[in-house]
Amino acid sequence: MIGVIDYGCGNMGSIVNMLRRTGHTAGVIDSPEQVATAERLILPGVGAFDAGMHHLEERGWIEVLDHHVRQQGMPLLGICLGMQLLLSGSEEGRLPGLGWIDGMVVRFSNRNADGQARRVPHMGWNTVTPAAGSRLLADWTGNDAALPRFYFVHSYHAASVDPAAIAGTTRYGDETFTSVIESCNSATGTLMATQFHPEKSHKYGIALLQRFASLEAASST
Amino acid sequence: MSFSRVIPVLLLRRKGLVKTVRFREPSYVGDPINTVRIFNEKEVDELVFLDITCTRDGGEPQFDLIEQISRECFMPFAYGGGLRTLEQIQQVLARGAEKALINTAAFTTPELVTQAAERFGSQSIVVSIDVQQRRQGLLGGKRDEVIVGCGQQRTRSDPVDYARQMVERGAGELLLTSIDRDGTFTGYDLDLVRRVTDAVDVPVVACGGAGNLQHMVEAIDAGATGAGSGSVFVYQGAHRSVLINYPERAALDELFGHETMV
Repeated sequence: MIGVIDYGCGNMGSIVNMLRRTGHTAGVIDSPEQVATAERLILPGVGAFDAGMHHLEERGWIEVLDHHVRQQGMPLLGICLGMQLLLSGSEEGRLPGLGWIDGMVVRFSNRNADGQARRVPHMGWNTVTPAAGSRLLADWTGNDAALPRFYFVHSYHAASVDPAAIAGTTRYGDETFTSVIESCNSATGTLMATQFHPEKSHKYGIALLQRFASLEAASST
Repeated sequence: MSFSRVIPVLLLRRKGLVKTVRFREPSYVGDPINTVRIFNEKEVDELVFLDITCTRDGGEPQFDLIEQISRECFMPFAYGGGLRTLEQIQQVLARGAEKALINTAAFTTPELVTQAAERFGSQSIVVSIDVQQRRQGLLGGKRDEVIVGCGQQRTRSDPVDYARQMVERGAGELLLTSIDRDGTFTGYDLDLVRRVTDAVDVPVVACGGAGNLQHMVEAIDAGATGAGSGSVFVYQGAHRSVLINYPERAALDELFGHETMV
């Protein structure tokens, strides 16, 4: 079962529906005790960074996720705010992030380097360029493959991410930012994350979620 | 490569979808859930649902319908219509809409926009601005004015000033609709699009008047980040018979793909 974590930040319904449509068993998990019943997890999220961290803390998710994901190796996919929370912190808030992946969340500037205006939030469809070896983007890593496109809606993005964890990048204005993170080793467990919304990205999102659903977990420590 | 969004804007009236001309004469065009399924097949960029009964009736949004739409909708969608409180906006987002649109309440209680943006993030909050040419005073000339209450209530506000204020308040996107062009197939009010997009640094979706894809390209060239339309996607042919439709991806990519987006 793929457990979609409901910690009070955003909508689970469309993720569960898309997973079910692809033939996987999926359900909403709304208490930390249920984590043990899942084989893999999705951490969604919309809204402000501090609100997200606050909800995770208040409801006791952090220790449970740390145990199952980082120590036991249960694969986890963070989406949008769910990706940002995996990093060390954010310009948007004061609370530290989970810090499971090195990196900071920063706001898009309203100007490109040449002074030209850039509209923020970054809202709409954009392509993702896979890094070599990406597992989530494995359908599009061939030289001839057309780049996949996904739906983005965000004002903040990951920056100074641990280069080993960068699995995909996207260009907005004159800036290239990390849009996919993957880290599979005994220290992090099997952590995956996307800034975009695969559950709102038609066939590209379906293919990516399929990849996540069939991932082999990193060997547990 | 990024892509300017081409967005069907669908009007809900009770459980059905309708299309209007200049915000009047709503005629039935179909069932919302069936329409979402068709748009899934066609891999539509994004949808906007506007409930045109809510503001007038003062009733609650149709939360169950929003949830039903969300279950079927594998593309992002925004919902608007009668949203007046943070609780309603919270419900709309919790039921699965990516974005909540605020129209009349943004005028009557602008602090709602600020509070909603603080709580849910600017990227979730769209302010919907309806504009119509109105005579100013008994002897005055006509000029653009923001109209709220489903095209019924004058505000005396200039669209450009109003758009700026709404962005300062926290709106992460604007849906800019020309009432005069709605349902007319004559093209967007490009002057209005240009003036508003020049004044703000958030995405602006133009709406009202599109009759074909070329009109949409014009709106993007005028500065819009997205082009919305009802008519283009629910009618087809010279007789404008109801047919839910959306252009082929390849055609859209050629017209709306950019190496970089500003």
